[in-house]
Amino acid sequence: MATVTFDKATRVYPGTERPAVDSLDLHIEDGEFLVLVGPSGCGKSTSLRMLAGLEDVNAGRILIGDRDVTDVQPKDRDIAMVFQNYALYPHMTVADNMGFALKIAGTPKAEIRQRVEEAAKILDLSQYLDRKPKALSGGQRQRVAMGRAIVRQPQVFLMDEPLSNLDAKLRVQTRTQIASLQRRLGVTTVYVTHDQTEALTMGDRIAVLKDGLLQQVGTPRDMYDTPANVFVAGFIGSPAMNIATVPVLEGAAQLGRARVSLPRDVLAKFTEADRNHITLGFRPEALEVVPQGTPDAIPVIVNIVEELGSDAFLYASLTNEFGGAEAVHSGAGDAQIIVRIDPRGVPAKGETVWVRIREGQQHLFHAGTGERITV
Amino acid sequence: MSPTPQRLQITAANPDPALLDLPWQVPLEDWPAETLAALPRGISRHIVRFVRLSGRVIAVKEIGETVAYREYELLRQLDRIDVPSVVPVGVITGRRDPDGEPLEAVLITEHLQFSLPYRALFSQSLRPDTATRLIDALAVLLVRLHLAGFYWGDVSLSNTLFRRDAETFAAYLVDAETGDLHDTLTTGQREYDLEVARVNIIGELMDLQAGEFLEEDVDAVAIGNALAERYRELWRALTETESFGYGERWRVQARIDRLNDLGFDVGELDITTDVGGTTVQIQPKVVDAGHHSRRLMRLTGLDVQENQARRLLNDLDEYRAATDRQREDEAFVAHDWLTEVFEPAVRAVPRDLRHKLEPAQVFHELLDHRWYLSQQQGRDVPMPEVVKSYVKNILPTRPDEDAILGVQSGDIRDTDMFPQVEDDQLLG
Repeated sequence: MATVTFDKATRVYPGTERPAVDSLDLHIEDGEFLVLVGPSGCGKSTSLRMLAGLEDVNAGRILIGDRDVTDVQPKDRDIAMVFQNYALYPHMTVADNMGFALKIAGTPKAEIRQRVEEAAKILDLSQYLDRKPKALSGGQRQRVAMGRAIVRQPQVFLMDEPLSNLDAKLRVQTRTQIASLQRRLGVTTVYVTHDQTEALTMGDRIAVLKDGLLQQVGTPRDMYDTPANVFVAGFIGSPAMNIATVPVLEGAAQLGRARVSLPRDVLAKFTEADRNHITLGFRPEALEVVPQGTPDAIPVIVNIVEELGSDAFLYASLTNEFGGAEAVHSGAGDAQIIVRIDPRGVPAKGETVWVRIREGQQHLFHAGTGERITV
Repeated sequence: MSPTPQRLQITAANPDPALLDLPWQVPLEDWPAETLAALPRGISRHIVRFVRLSGRVIAVKEIGETVAYREYELLRQLDRIDVPSVVPVGVITGRRDPDGEPLEAVLITEHLQFSLPYRALFSQSLRPDTATRLIDALAVLLVRLHLAGFYWGDVSLSNTLFRRDAETFAAYLVDAETGDLHDTLTTGQREYDLEVARVNIIGELMDLQAGEFLEEDVDAVAIGNALAERYRELWRALTETESFGYGERWRVQARIDRLNDLGFDVGELDITTDVGGTTVQIQPKVVDAGHHSRRLMRLTGLDVQENQARRLLNDLDEYRAATDRQREDEAFVAHDWLTEVFEPAVRAVPRDLRHKLEPAQVFHELLDHRWYLSQQQGRDVPMPEVVKSYVKNILPTRPDEDAILGVQSGDIRDTDMFPQVEDDQLLG
């Protein structure tokens, strides 16, 4: 087991100018489950493949433990790429299916058996070791495939969108299985996905990438509660955060007809690039429905209510008397916000309701750079 | 509430309307036997079925929608850059059963006629050179894929189909699910593919041994390692920089000849000299497989495998010498050879025996048979006689290889249900 360190690691594809991964600095602790997440083209898979040795590192270094592996061949890195893509051999027993790579490597028989038995115990496969794959269920077969990687006892597991091939139900099941298995094994794991829910539910920490640049790394809670910039704010969380870039007048953000007061020290941090604007973020659950006339309340027109039983989500447009309705966007698209409301007592379509951001639950970002304004 | 009806979305380059008649509202697993071209065997990672459609056979694979589109695109690109791979037909999404429950998307590919899965080729009495020839074919395929910038990610015998190519085999990529197309591959990508190939091949052979389809004393590890060696040799021959003195410029042509011999054409060769001009360096930049098959195609219009082409071209040369037409335009002679030798010979194969082998492979075997008869009888046996003897004595003993179906990548299946091609039949 080992730590993994990306030390200003950069990958520039031949014939391109912009790096696919740009000076990535990331330290992964021994035994940690780290998820690389971001939209397509953000550099997450490239980063993983650099660690695997499949992509050249054009600048910087990659270390596994204290060992610089930047120029080491994939098979000599002591890592295992785990696919959900499994091909089990029908005539071999489960034990042989798990141990054959060790046999190829010339590992003594007794040691193979011991490692296979250990892995089988963790995977709940002990009583199936002498059976053929045909006698196993789909889930058990998948665990045999995992077992193949486990018996090799690699320093690091790498997984690149391993669930993308599964249907929604199996995806949720396998997600939990992989996460709990990783915790039992305690092997450092780097996992790539484009799905922020997968990232939030599986990772000890999450690293969000965009355009080859690391945006933020932290625990799922960190990412959700204190996103470092507008991109992370909009990317992490479902439904997505409501985000609006609006002018600031007399110490308050002007959101359509509404005014949202801003703390004094925030105003002090404004820069020229902000042009007296602020980017305001508030999650659907950070809003509460309030009576008309409440200070800082924002009037919105109900478009649709999505009832989920335990929750209800209101999709609404800002009223647009002073323009500015276009300034907001959310998981529902442009010019709409999403509000989580009490499922008992939903307003009708077309109705105007007043909502307010709960005290301390707004996120403020520089309109110029998109960086979080820390107070 | 009435169930959501099925709304199919068919993405295909040349859509065949007959596709619409297939029972898309039924899970592939439950397709009726009369729709299928072959009964399913064993269990596999994805559900795959072979279906007859407008006189051909297609393979239908149930797979996630994004993965299906991705693989379809990749296979199309491979097809476009002329890499031996199965030809994609299309992707169908939006399937629903009569209750409105969504069904998985499918990827459709054409079945490769006369292709042989490796499990049909390995038998109890595997001759060492059958294994070698399969490994050679896979090494050539891998080199070609890598030259084209394709990283496979899951190289294995079961992700490959083989076609007879004279006394050798030609390998085709069947499953591109884990692949990626790049401008050029890094050494790491190539090495990883090789390592995956090595381990998978050894695993597949060990599995055949566990099932007693392959003798215990066949050295699976050695066969796996041979792939890596063979690949490296070929990669070096095709890409290595060679340096020599200015006086040895004949080595430029020698290098090109050597590549031609390996079956490659040189599209671009980098030649540089040092500052003083005393040494020359050459490195092939663009090489294209199919040197002989292209030449045969140009001369005769026949589209055959590389080694079949080599064999046919040799016969063409012999024909030219025998008819004393060396000074005539090669294209005219080739035309006459085609109409006087090749076509009558292949046409003499009765219709009911045509599912045995491809025409070019039949011709290759005819040439072998002619050599055998001539030697036995101590005279040059003319082709019509050879054909008669071959059709009577040899061809009927061959299995039908037109459509050996039922094997798809990642299968875990029972090999005992699988048609075996006996080893003595492999050698023609």
